[in-house]
Amino acid sequence: MVNTRVELCGLPLDNPVIPASGTFGFGYEFAELYDINCLGTFSFKGTTLSPRYGNATPRIAESDSGMLNAVGLQNPGVEKVISEELPKLAQCFDKPVMANVSGFSVEEYVATSQALESCAQIGWLEINISCPNVHGGGMSFGTSATAAAEVTRAVKAVTRKPVIMKLSPNVTDIAAIAKACEDAGADGISLVNTFLGMKIDLKTKKPLLANKTGGLSGPAIKPLAVRMVYQVYEAVNIPIVGMGGITTAEDVLEFMLAGATAVEVGAANLISPYASKQIIDALPQVMERYGITSLEEIIGKGH
Amino acid sequence: MMKQTQLTIKENKKIAANTFRLMLCGDCSAMRGAGQFINILIPGKFLRRPLSVCDYTADSLCIIYKTVGEGTQILSRLQSGETIDALVGLGNGFDLTKNCSKPLLIGGGVGVPPLYKAAKDLIAAGKSVSVILGFNTSDEIFYTEEFEALGCRVFLTTADGSAGTKGFVSDVMDAIDYDYFYACGPKPMFEAIEKKAHTGGQYSFEERMGCGFGACMGCTCKTEHGNKRICKEGPVLEREEILW
Repeated sequence: MVNTRVELCGLPLDNPVIPASGTFGFGYEFAELYDINCLGTFSFKGTTLSPRYGNATPRIAESDSGMLNAVGLQNPGVEKVISEELPKLAQCFDKPVMANVSGFSVEEYVATSQALESCAQIGWLEINISCPNVHGGGMSFGTSATAAAEVTRAVKAVTRKPVIMKLSPNVTDIAAIAKACEDAGADGISLVNTFLGMKIDLKTKKPLLANKTGGLSGPAIKPLAVRMVYQVYEAVNIPIVGMGGITTAEDVLEFMLAGATAVEVGAANLISPYASKQIIDALPQVMERYGITSLEEIIGKGH
Repeated sequence: MMKQTQLTIKENKKIAANTFRLMLCGDCSAMRGAGQFINILIPGKFLRRPLSVCDYTADSLCIIYKTVGEGTQILSRLQSGETIDALVGLGNGFDLTKNCSKPLLIGGGVGVPPLYKAAKDLIAAGKSVSVILGFNTSDEIFYTEEFEALGCRVFLTTADGSAGTKGFVSDVMDAIDYDYFYACGPKPMFEAIEKKAHTGGQYSFEERMGCGFGACMGCTCKTEHGNKRICKEGPVLEREEILW
């Protein structure tokens, strides 16, 4: 018998697998296909204070071993998330869920976090300071240690839920930003969001995405993400949620050895709706193959 | 509800210029109606490719696709006996229950295939079906005889005049007696139809998709009834709800 349990910021997870925000909606599309209670938890669609339509289409482009997206934080706004999405989710998911909070100002991050504070279903706040597809917000908070710390402090002041800061890889020194978040009171760090990229359509000779740039995800970014998790693990003492191109149980072990306590699965859910479940199902066998009896024991063992 | 399933290729044959017919067999029980699509994995490609369904039974699918990029080029080289990983039964499909007796189906190029099953079902429901099939050139034409064999009145147009009426599908609409329409094709074709149509109707849209089943919000459009995902609440939208 192997043990897949881990603890993330004081809350237990049956396994470390967490579908990533923006690839799993509010859960119920997937709950039609399988019992999503097999997940560690999942991070729901990036939520802002007001409803957002997002960017013009095309919002999606393919690349080798990955994809670019420029959805631009389409979401119904925090009020509807609380009044409509969370009650629907309650019918198919019994575990605490991770709320992904996005924003365009410190005040907005605070207001959205405050609004979610009374939702008992929510176990963690994942503060997205790393969306590359919106202008005047999002990633600009995640590319400066000072701004990242400011958001962390402001959100921590209004919530008792664990606060996990989701970082952008589009920086020169991600470890410094992670450290600034830890010093400002963050309970955890999640990384990486997508890498800023572009695809040019040879037929039109213009960028394919209406937004011109988009965030690259999928297996193409995995080694970059593993390296960044490894670097952040050396810089902070709070738990790390690692992500970037995870498609297999082997990938989960790799991220955990780099220093992740839990992992998020993103683009893989879009290619196979059963991807997260398949990774969870495969974990025990893959752990045995590598002589691992408890996942908790391998966190950071690559150092 | 959609199903992920392995389908076996029975036929993958060129039927017109850059146009192939793919016959698949396997569990297709997730199909609920004409105008739905499947999303298939292509060897060596990361994202799936959404393809409209031309015809289906509980254990078979007919797809007609055009080779427009690398993915469909790879698909065109797959052989009988090979298997394809598919998400089956995606999208809303056409609402064929509308109160009409003389529906008009309008297809442009590779927008023609989903209208075939629609025509079949409308004829089975006792309706008198007219079809306009529009292509760029005569070598792109497919399925005119198949629609005729179903019992449809078929009107053919080509942009270059090499077959049928020279012009676009919208150019022959005025001559046809219809009381509802179903259209699938490129957006400029829809805009031309909008100028001519005098009845209610439905349009089946195409958009670049991430997942094809409603998870990624990659294909959202604005409608009179709020945001809709082309892959989930679409690809078919009612004429009245479309914001042009």
